[in-house]
Amino acid sequence: MTKPPDRAEKLSSSVGSVVFDADVLVLGGGPAGTWAAISAAEHGARVVLADKGFCGTSGATAAAGTGVWYVDPAPERREAAMASREKLGGHLQDRRWMARVLDQTYAQSNQLAEWGYPYPVDDEGKPQRNSLQGPEYMRLMRKRTKQAGVTILDHSPALELLVDGNGLVAGASGLRRQKGDRWAVNAKAVVIATGGCAFLSKTLGSNVLTGDGYLLAAEAGAEFTSMEFSNAYAISPAFGSVTKTLFYGWASFTDEQGSVIPGASSKGGRSVIARALRQGPVYAQLDQADAETRRHMRVSQPNFFLPFDRTGIDPFTQRFPITLRLEGTVRGTGGLRIIDDSCATTVPGLYAAGDAATRELICGGFTGGGSHNAAWAMSSGYWAGQGAAKFARQLGTTSRRQAFRRGTVGLRSGNGRPLQGGSLARSVQDEVFPYELNYFREAGRLGGALRRLDALWSDASAADAPDEQELLRAREAAAMLATARWMYRSALARQESRGMHRRDDYLEQDDRYLHFVTTGGLDDVWTSARPLASRQYAEAAE
Amino acid sequence: MIEVIDAERCTACDICVSVCPTNVFDKTDGIPRIARQSDCQTCFLCELYCPEDALFVSPFADAPQAVDVAALKEATLLGSYRRAVGWVEESRHLRTADRSYRLFGH
Repeated sequence: MTKPPDRAEKLSSSVGSVVFDADVLVLGGGPAGTWAAISAAEHGARVVLADKGFCGTSGATAAAGTGVWYVDPAPERREAAMASREKLGGHLQDRRWMARVLDQTYAQSNQLAEWGYPYPVDDEGKPQRNSLQGPEYMRLMRKRTKQAGVTILDHSPALELLVDGNGLVAGASGLRRQKGDRWAVNAKAVVIATGGCAFLSKTLGSNVLTGDGYLLAAEAGAEFTSMEFSNAYAISPAFGSVTKTLFYGWASFTDEQGSVIPGASSKGGRSVIARALRQGPVYAQLDQADAETRRHMRVSQPNFFLPFDRTGIDPFTQRFPITLRLEGTVRGTGGLRIIDDSCATTVPGLYAAGDAATRELICGGFTGGGSHNAAWAMSSGYWAGQGAAKFARQLGTTSRRQAFRRGTVGLRSGNGRPLQGGSLARSVQDEVFPYELNYFREAGRLGGALRRLDALWSDASAADAPDEQELLRAREAAAMLATARWMYRSALARQESRGMHRRDDYLEQDDRYLHFVTTGGLDDVWTSARPLASRQYAEAAE
Repeated sequence: MIEVIDAERCTACDICVSVCPTNVFDKTDGIPRIARQSDCQTCFLCELYCPEDALFVSPFADAPQAVDVAALKEATLLGSYRRAVGWVEESRHLRTADRSYRLFGH
C-alpha cells in the first residue's frame, strides 16, 4: 500500500484569516495550475492550489473545447508539426523546446487516457487524442488534484506575493471572497499559473483572466517577454460569448446588403473582417459545411450551438452578425519570462506555467488556436511543478525566515481617494479593444494610448486601497493596466510586422528584429532586445 | 448571462454558488440568488453542473434579457447543454462523441 500524500498544514484559523504552511503554492487552477500541483505533489511537495474562481470551471479551457498539439512520435510527423509553425510564428521558435513539449504532451495525454478521460475512437478503432472537451477535462483534473493530496482553495484570489529578506519568494496572500476573510500561504516556491489577460472582453471563459499573476510577479521583480504578441481577436456572434474560430473556416462573410466581403476569412483574412467591422455590421453563415461536417461540429463543440439554438438561428442556412472579441495574451504568446527548463522566472523560487508564461519558445509570435497553448499548459505545468518541488526541497527548513508583502497598487494607503476598479477597467478597455489601436498598430496611435495609460497608472498608484469588497476588482483593473503598458511598449519597440504583431507603419518582417523583446517595470516600463536561443548558441560557438 | 434559477426545480444544493468562476451567485436561507448578474461571463458552466436542470443562461453576453420560463420548459431548453455533452445518464455516449479530429486541418 502506498503512503498517503503529505498535505499542506493549516497553521491557524483565527477569525478573519487562515494561514497554511506548504512547500509549493500554485496560483491558478486551470490546466497549467492543476498539472503543476499534481506534478509538485508527485515530486514530494506539500501543495496548496489557490484559484480565483473554482478549480474545474475557471479559465479559458474549462468552458471550451480545445485542440491539443498531440503528435505521434514518428520522426517525420514530429518534423512536419514543428516546421509547419515556424513561418506563422515569425521564426522565433526554438526547436529544442518544441521537441520537448511534443514529447511531454504525448506522455501526459496518454496519462489522461489512463485516468479515464473519454477520448473518442475513430472508425479504424484508433484513439484520437488531439482534442479535449474543456468541462470534462477540467472536472477530471480537479479530481486528480485532490487525489494527489493537494489542498485546493476555491474563490481565493491571490492579492500579493510574500518575499523573504534575501529576495526569495516565500508565499502569497489573498482573499477568500465567499467567506469574507483572508488567506496566507507560507511556501518555499510559488508557481504562477493564473493565465493570460483578455481584459474582461467576455471571450469564452476568459473573464477570470485579467493578468493578476503578472502584476504580483512584477511587484516581486519578474520580467516579461513577447508581450507585443498580444492582439489576438476571436470571432463570436455579435451578441454572444462563444468564440470558436475553427468553425468559421466554413463560413462566408457578408456586409449589411448581403454582399460577400472580399478576402474576409477566419484564417488569413481576419484583419479584413476587423476593417469591415469598422465600417458597419458583418455577418457570417457557415454555408460551406456539408451535412457530415455539420454533424461533427454539433458533437465536437455543443456549446458553439447554444447561442444559435437559443435564439432560433440556424447558422448553416441563416446569416448572423459577428464581432471580434479581444483575447489579448490568452491567445497571444507573451507572458512571464522563463529562464530554464524547469520554467523558473528571474525571481528565485518563482515559476510560471501555461498562458501566464511566455509561449514564444514553441509558438514564436503566433498561436493559431488552443492547440499549442493546451500542449504548453500541460508541459510547462508539469515542469514548473517539478521545478518548484525541487527548489523547495533544496531550500530546506525556512521556519524562522521573515516574509514581506510585495503588493503595491490598490493595496496601500495613498491620497485619500480609493482606487475605482470598475471605471479603471473600462478606461483600459478603451485603449486595448479598438482595432485601430491594438489590431492595427502604428507609432503615433500607440504613443497616444501609452500616454493615457501611463497617466492612469500614476493616478492608480497614488490612490488608496478600496474597501474589502472592491479590492479584487481594483487589483484586476490594475493588472490589466500594467499588462496594456507592457504590451504597447513592446509593440513600439518592434518596428516591423511579425507573427500576430502588425504595424501599419512597418508592414514587412525585418530581420533586424529577429530577436525577443523583454519588458518589465511598473512605475517605469522598460524594454530591451534579447537574442534568440539558437543565436546565443551560434555566438557561443564562434 | 444567467437569467433563471427555477424555484420549482432548485433544491438549494448551492453547487452553482461554488462552481461559478466569476462568483455571480450568493447563498441565502432558501435557493441561491443571482447577486452579481453583470459579472456573468456567459460560460454556461453553472447550467452544466446543475443536477436539477434549474438554471438557464441566456446567450446574450452583454445585456440582460427577459426570459419566459414556461416557454423554456416547453421547448426543453432547461438542461439542454448537459444533455448535449453527455452529462446525463441517457446521453452518456456523447462524452466520447468528439469528432474534432475530422475537422482540424480544414
